[in-house]
Amino acid sequence: MSESAAPGIDTAFPLSPEMRAAIIAHARREAPRECCGIIAGRDGAPVRVYPTTNIAEGNRFYEIDPKELADLEFRELPNENAEIVAIYHSHPASPAYPSRTDVELAFWPEAVYLICSLEDPDKPYIRGFTIRDGQIAEVTLPA
Amino acid sequence: MASESTVQVLIPTPLRRFTDGESRVEVSGATVGDALDALEARFPGIDERVRDDSGQIRRFVNLFVNGQNVRDRDGIATPLSPGDELGIIPAMAGGSAA
Repeated sequence: MSESAAPGIDTAFPLSPEMRAAIIAHARREAPRECCGIIAGRDGAPVRVYPTTNIAEGNRFYEIDPKELADLEFRELPNENAEIVAIYHSHPASPAYPSRTDVELAFWPEAVYLICSLEDPDKPYIRGFTIRDGQIAEVTLPA
Repeated sequence: MASESTVQVLIPTPLRRFTDGESRVEVSGATVGDALDALEARFPGIDERVRDDSGQIRRFVNLFVNGQNVRDRDGIATPLSPGDELGIIPAMAGGSAA
């Protein structure tokens, strides 16, 4: 069985301008805390952003509320014939690159990990990665 | 001693490689721990992702019985009733520290 959610999504992730804007808006709302959420997809194509609650303490960690995640993974998304294709979180004051913590806690290797940096508040940006067996690989996002 | 109950285990995407892609598996057990034992017997290797060497639920895994987190109940000793759903959810977590 492939580790990938969908063919091709590992190397290029078609993040739409609307999804990009939604993630940046969420990151700005949560700052200085980290925001987090998932993107649901169908047939390999991302279809909807789901902001979730960050239950971690402090401003430098995130953990998606496991109850919200369970409801999405086991109820809401299967009912819509969708699945989790990406996980996003923000780095409010650092670059958009997976931290050691991000790599250690990457328990969903099939998903693309999107990171939104607010390091320069006027120039937020998002990069995408796969994190598998401790290895980080960049995923191309639309310009 | 509680009697065994047949329950549905909901398997998250990252653990479906242990279950031949199945998202829902039926097992029997009187408690969450029993159900995990039965799951491991059928799909060797999966329990190592759920429990640590001391048999406790891993810090970055949550288990839900009918939507209720077993950490808020009796952990792996939480009793199961026929038809219960036991959901396994690995954390989505990380951070910008370090």
